[in-house]
Amino acid sequence: MCLAIPGQIVELDSRNSNLAVVDVVGVRRKVDLGLLQDEPPVPGDWVLIHVGFAMSKISQADAMDQMRTLIMLGETEAALQEVRGYGLENESPHQSGQEQKP
Amino acid sequence: MKFVDEFRAPELVAKAGEEIRRLADPKRHYRIMEVCGGHTHAIYRFGLKDLLPCNLELIHGPGCPVCVLPMGRIDDGLSLTENPNFIFAAFGDMMRVPGTRGSPLEYKARGRDVRIVYSPADALKLARNNPDMHVMFFAIGFETTAPSTALTLVRAKTEGLRNFSVFCNHVTIIPAIRAILDSPDMRLDGFVGPGHVSTVIGCRPYDWIAKDEGKPVVVSGFEPLDILQSIVMLLRQLRKGEAKVENQYKRAVPWEGNQAALRAMGEVFELRPYFEWRGLGFISQSALKIRASYQQWDAERRFPVPGVRVTDPKAAQCGEVLKGVLKPAQCKLFGRECTPEQPVGALMVSSEGSCAAYYNYEHRKPVTIASAAAL
Repeated sequence: MCLAIPGQIVELDSRNSNLAVVDVVGVRRKVDLGLLQDEPPVPGDWVLIHVGFAMSKISQADAMDQMRTLIMLGETEAALQEVRGYGLENESPHQSGQEQKP
Repeated sequence: MKFVDEFRAPELVAKAGEEIRRLADPKRHYRIMEVCGGHTHAIYRFGLKDLLPCNLELIHGPGCPVCVLPMGRIDDGLSLTENPNFIFAAFGDMMRVPGTRGSPLEYKARGRDVRIVYSPADALKLARNNPDMHVMFFAIGFETTAPSTALTLVRAKTEGLRNFSVFCNHVTIIPAIRAILDSPDMRLDGFVGPGHVSTVIGCRPYDWIAKDEGKPVVVSGFEPLDILQSIVMLLRQLRKGEAKVENQYKRAVPWEGNQAALRAMGEVFELRPYFEWRGLGFISQSALKIRASYQQWDAERRFPVPGVRVTDPKAAQCGEVLKGVLKPAQCKLFGRECTPEQPVGALMVSSEGSCAAYYNYEHRKPVTIASAAAL
């Protein structure tokens, strides 16, 4: 939960300006950019992600450092599981389908 | 981006260990608290204690959100699953935390609709996709996660989504540090400050610890080298008789924090007059509640909540461990009745809990980076 996951902004969501697609070591998911509204990131920027929200803009070198930290802490699988778990893809308030019950 | 599969600079880690031993006055006994559970995890995982002189003691702080949540809050939240058409959504960390009548996972096994989410935004999505159900997000965490819950509530209000609520257990770190410093049986020399909380609140909120209490604070990253460098910075201050706030984790922590995140929290939350912390008791103004302007999305206003207070299992000494008075292995249940597989207390559940970290890395004693570097 307190993992900070580094990701690179791939593209901004054209339908919902709060969302952007990020790439975390090849896994692409949408995250919420609302907490970075003072310095909105653009494609190519690196961000630290907490629980589905981009929390800070960081340099590429710092993103690499952060990924190394996750690897050292043995948290990469947990981090990727978290990113895969974000259910924000293809979502906007008026376009959602029915959720499958597990 | 590629994975990098090597440790950063083991020779620098060894050097930082040497520098710590050089700076530590052998006539003194140092007690340094790492506030954040993430640091506790890293310290055990890498066996960093092996690099420290025996007169430098690391005290594990209260910065593990799952660990400080009193059992009564878990019972209160889970009691709401008795409502019809009700989904209880929480982070995975919460799922195995025991309540009086079982953990969220055990409630799920008994047929209650309990779901793991990775983001509060996912809980909101569940509500959108299940208009006939009520989705309650059981929110926990310090300032690292509170802004995300806040913004999720802003989104819910903007959309007018009525079948969503938050059971808010968010807490704030500064009053917990104050309670620890006010505790008569706690003598500390300095703090390794939390890294990710500080990305939100910045470094200024720690000023009083340096100015009024005379204790140095170094906000730290999570790699072994970060933590050891932070200890070096603390010892340098202590040697010079200084007390100031320094930022070792500049690559992620801006001095002023994240203003947009703080605004989102201010929009949605206000301080509770007091809140109970496991092990620390009631601490005034230490937790967040949802403002009246968002009351439609506040589970505690929307549903009758029993408001139970539960004492921890008698033999478990979670409180003493949380306060740093006891080491994990000094608890009577540690490693016997209480293990990560069968946890009695929350400190054994979360990977950030000091008991789980101690059990997994110290008790089982694997080869650590520190012991490798010492070879």
